Amino acid sequence: MLYIYIYIYIYNIVRCGGSKVNLRPPIISTDSRFLLCASGDLVKVYSTRTEEWLHSLQGHTNQVTGIALNPANHLQVYSCSVDGTVKLWDFIDGILIKTFIIGYPLFAIYVSEKHEGVLFLHVSMATDSKNECFQLVAVHLPKSAEQEVEAKEMSVVSSHISSNPSCTAFGRGGEYIAFARHLQLNVYFFRKQKTCSFSLKATDKKGAKNAFTCIACHPTDDCIATGHEDGKIRLWRNFIHKKEYTYSTQHWHHNAVNTLCFTPEGTHLLSGGIESVLVQWQYGAGNRKEFLPRLGGSILHISVSSDGQLFCTSHSDNSKLLSFKCLFLPMLFMLSGDGVLTDLMIDPRSKALVLNGKPGHLQFYSLLRDKHLYNLDIVQQEYIYEAGLDQFEVVKAAFDIKGSWLATVEERGQKSSDLEFFLKLWAFDERTQSFVLNTTITAAHTDRIISMCFSSSKETTMLVTIAEDGQFKAWCQGADADTQQDQNFWSCDFVGSYHNLKPTNCSFSADSSLLAVSFQEVITIWSPETWEMLTTLCQPPGVIRDLCFGRLSCSKYLLGTTTRNLLCCWNLLTCALEWSSSVEVSKLQPDPLSENVAAFSYQSKHTDVFVFKPSEPRPLFTNKNVCSEKVHRAVFVPREEPLNNCDESSQWLNRSQLYFLTQNMDLLTFSTATEEDRILSSSKQLVIDDSVAVTPFYLLLGKHGQQQQKLNTQSHPAADKPQQPQGSVTIKELLHTPAHVLPAASVLCSMFVNSLLISNTGVQEEMDSEKEEEDSEEEMEACDSQQELRVQGSVDEVTLKLSKAQERELKRVRKTDFSWMAGLIDSKP
Amino acid sequence: MASFKPTKVQFLPKLGETVTEDTLYWKNYKSPVQIKEFGAVTKIDFSPLPPHNYAVTASTRIHVYGLHSQEPIRSFTRFRDTAYGGSFRGDGKLLVAGSEEGLIRLFDISGRVALRQFTGHSKAVHMTSFLSDGFRVVSGSDDLTCRVWDVPSAVELSSITEHTDYIRALAPSKLNPDLFVTGSYDHTVKVFDMRSGSSVMTMQHGHPVECVLLYPSEVLLVSTGGRYVKIWDLLKGGQELVSLKNHHKTVTCACLSSVGNKLLTGSLDRHVKVYNSSYKIVHNFDCDASILSMAVAPDDEVVAVGMTNGVLSVRHRKHKKDKETLTSRRRRGPSYRVFVKGKNFVPRQDDFLVSKPVKQYLRKYDKQLKSFAVSKALDTALQTWTRTSKPEVTVAVIIELNRRGTLKNALAGRNEESLTKILNFLLNVKKVYEKMDLLPLFLVVALCVLQSSSKPMLKKDRVHHDTPLSNNEHNDEENFNYDHEVFLGQEEAKTFDQLTPEESKERLG
Repeated sequence: MLYIYIYIYIYNIVRCGGSKVNLRPPIISTDSRFLLCASGDLVKVYSTRTEEWLHSLQGHTNQVTGIALNPANHLQVYSCSVDGTVKLWDFIDGILIKTFIIGYPLFAIYVSEKHEGVLFLHVSMATDSKNECFQLVAVHLPKSAEQEVEAKEMSVVSSHISSNPSCTAFGRGGEYIAFARHLQLNVYFFRKQKTCSFSLKATDKKGAKNAFTCIACHPTDDCIATGHEDGKIRLWRNFIHKKEYTYSTQHWHHNAVNTLCFTPEGTHLLSGGIESVLVQWQYGAGNRKEFLPRLGGSILHISVSSDGQLFCTSHSDNSKLLSFKCLFLPMLFMLSGDGVLTDLMIDPRSKALVLNGKPGHLQFYSLLRDKHLYNLDIVQQEYIYEAGLDQFEVVKAAFDIKGSWLATVEERGQKSSDLEFFLKLWAFDERTQSFVLNTTITAAHTDRIISMCFSSSKETTMLVTIAEDGQFKAWCQGADADTQQDQNFWSCDFVGSYHNLKPTNCSFSADSSLLAVSFQEVITIWSPETWEMLTTLCQPPGVIRDLCFGRLSCSKYLLGTTTRNLLCCWNLLTCALEWSSSVEVSKLQPDPLSENVAAFSYQSKHTDVFVFKPSEPRPLFTNKNVCSEKVHRAVFVPREEPLNNCDESSQWLNRSQLYFLTQNMDLLTFSTATEEDRILSSSKQLVIDDSVAVTPFYLLLGKHGQQQQKLNTQSHPAADKPQQPQGSVTIKELLHTPAHVLPAASVLCSMFVNSLLISNTGVQEEMDSEKEEEDSEEEMEACDSQQELRVQGSVDEVTLKLSKAQERELKRVRKTDFSWMAGLIDSKP
Repeated sequence: MASFKPTKVQFLPKLGETVTEDTLYWKNYKSPVQIKEFGAVTKIDFSPLPPHNYAVTASTRIHVYGLHSQEPIRSFTRFRDTAYGGSFRGDGKLLVAGSEEGLIRLFDISGRVALRQFTGHSKAVHMTSFLSDGFRVVSGSDDLTCRVWDVPSAVELSSITEHTDYIRALAPSKLNPDLFVTGSYDHTVKVFDMRSGSSVMTMQHGHPVECVLLYPSEVLLVSTGGRYVKIWDLLKGGQELVSLKNHHKTVTCACLSSVGNKLLTGSLDRHVKVYNSSYKIVHNFDCDASILSMAVAPDDEVVAVGMTNGVLSVRHRKHKKDKETLTSRRRRGPSYRVFVKGKNFVPRQDDFLVSKPVKQYLRKYDKQLKSFAVSKALDTALQTWTRTSKPEVTVAVIIELNRRGTLKNALAGRNEESLTKILNFLLNVKKVYEKMDLLPLFLVVALCVLQSSSKPMLKKDRVHHDTPLSNNEHNDEENFNYDHEVFLGQEEAKTFDQLTPEESKERLG
């Protein structure tokens, strides 16, 4: 047991992307520069301008269920979580300011400017075991300087509200709060402390379904917009007088309205539903509306920035779109995909993770930057956003070893009996830098394709597909003699089967000289050259589930897992079972760059990871209880630069990194301590870059900063001039600016002084050259005097414009300069 | 925001036939001109000199046609019996023909009456031809002899009897005036040399020989007979090079195209086949009746085929000129950019070209699908032109509708006419799309058609409403407690009326 604990200490399981971000509506900061969204137990902060992920607000211990900007300070954000706390953050710097302990699981948060120091929360009362009963609670935040405060002062606004957080909204500057549940709309007026309720009939003659789905209140007018299950939008007016209320109905959506949102000026009402069309209704102009169709995935939430310029829609496929009012800039930045059907794959060219994206697409996702790169349209058909419609989905995909071919299988009718599927082969086009459809095979097999793999040899590419019709087929480029067209197309080369058994998996050996196809309990080994069956391997208990060949020095081994909790390793030279162990393995993943194989086993509701070499049954690395869900998809991602970690236990992470996807769409990985530091530092830097507001002063300093960076990167010849003429001009500007418009001296000072210093690279160089210098002292002396003169000359020019304090700095520079110059001269011949 | 993705139309790959230059060349003929002759056309011969008139031997006449005329320029009708084998001399001025009665006649092309008559054959003369010096005529007859005649003196120079059956094929050498080849029904092909006065080479064809043909180089010899076409190499002493069996009836004639020396063979099975230089079939002409004779004009301008039913079918080559007149009419004007920038505008190197966003053009059915007008989209796809010439488009739209789950809606509310149109289309297209497994789709369509077309025969109300009670007249005199007459009929009711209330209750259940 000690063994395991040590490993846990060294490795951290790191969340590196993914997670559902569509649970709650995102928030755009008041200055429209940041986008905040709840994702798992984090609040993620994105930049709206660069689309990059900046940092996460970490601290909650359970699902974050709501975020709201602090109305008193627009640089702060409240977040509430199921763990029963509300946290106040400075989201620009990512600092936790305060924690309020409520004590009940929280499900949504609402704030209003009018009610300062009061939070409105959805609370599930602990007494109720079912999650059915939600209460709307007003919590008065205690004013205390402590970090952690217990908020005790609570008052119940309503004790029966809908679990859907979009069914509650503040109206007109916080004068009233409207909340709907099933068929009843309630409006609570704070001044009168009174609730008015209006109810609708469940259905009417035309079969309308009147249940409320969402609510939005007009920011300046007394008007409540409600969305209904049958797609109607009702605008309620005059609800202050209970008897004389009126409503008007507008109908465009054919299915339930998921979300409603008024623009800050109240000129427009935005609505969205499953159709994936953003509808913009003109307020007060009846039925006049505009559409923004085909946004991808049904719209779950809409949020608008305070200036009304930015819309953000979040979709059911876990993506977010930002759109400007006139020109629509789609920005997809999430690892999306609700149901990942394909395996996790790595594009050998871009090193991007490839998996299902938008419906009918494959997405390329950069793991390095946690950023979505692009979507590749596989199905190439109009996607109809309609509930219960069976449409083509990409279910299988495979890359060849060079990344020049991509094979995909799309399927329709999984549920019904008539299954339609296409096998498509895509060639990489150098000119457009993307994949282009090469061949579509309409009836590749007579039944569903179970799995496919490319041969791994570099010379010839061959694809093997196995299907439920009991056959495996080998596909080659241009093997068909009947069609004497260009030899670029793919056609069937060989059809094989074994006693009419249903194949379960297939795998090519590392050098592609062998193909292993498992048929139920039997593994058959074929030679792809001659299509001759070489041998069969059989280990009775259980149907073979996974198959993989060993790599490099272990290439003589073949690994297989069975449904009856057995991991077997065969020696292909002797055709005998080398070892087997009793582990329930849900996923077997070989590392393409080393001998290691990772096995995920799911036992008693948690997943364990083992890493081992096929040559010995003892695992190199074991990590128990990685996550609580089953892991079916994993991939080894080759590192750009191999780590030189000498520690025996961490060597398996040197060449490539193991990523795996849990059922909650969390992409997890193992990382070493050094890596984590690097990630942290890089993220900090980003924050600083972006957090400076764009003022004339920023521009001035920013320009300077850029020059500074340039200086750093420039080679030595430039370094002997400590200041460039342009640089001194900016300093001049800086010095001539009146003091009262300058920022605090503490901010300025270090930047200013730093800009005068010679870059670090120069100093390092100097250290290196010190040894050389000792070797050739005589030569140096002659040259030295010359250099010194030159340096002095240049410095004199600058000092004319500089203050005394800087002169002192320069003196220091001058002192250290000699040896470094000498080193330069030495190294020149 | 993605743009609308148009419906994908699946094209079936065409298997087998591949387009080569040869097929394009031989396809480039207009549809044939049919000329009716008086009897079976047994021989067609083109004049070697321009304007390349051609002589057609049919029944008791020989007609001479111009290349583009459909009426004979000249006709020779002074035959008492069927004429055979009319062929031109090398200068195109003289014409020789045999006949059923055994006479051989020599005509001047401008005259009507025979210049010479060669008598001597005792049976019908099917083949006559000039030797290449132009002063001698060679003839092959059913009396098993082969005779050579002197034209100036009309005297028989020699007679050779080596064949043992009718001589029905003859080809003189164009390079040597003393050589000719004959083919006979005795299954042999013989090469005769007049200098020796006997055959110098004999080849066994294996079937009655219908036609012999020499290549211009006179190295290769073609003989046809039975279903076979055989190529012989004369330089190798008559070795068989190739034996072709592409017709399914007797091959009656063969000729060579003048461009590229492609071999054409015609047969009783009504086909003319064109072979390339490696004797693979590159093209096939279909005719209405069994083919007896065939000839190709110099430069392949005309392919003339004579048939047993007396029809002469003449195909003319298409020329580019015809096409140009068509295309020139459709020439587009100068582009918009020329109008704006002028004709001589050349972009400078540092010019930055801003490309206009390409507008997506959608087909009509796609536009309708985009706006979810499914029924209209189906109508568009079922238009007669689309349905007949582009069935794949119609099928693609039906597949798309099925994918969207709106096929039923699209088929609903149609009248009988349009429904039968759809069903007929499905029946026809089934053959075209045999390879694709469209059966489930078609079943779905047929079911939807059934569902939408099934309606009650007569317009009847399912529920019979009684007149409201308030409309009834009040009639309190009748027994309104138990009206047994209505339930049980008059007879029973009487007995019922006499029962006690308890009993009647029991009986009624």
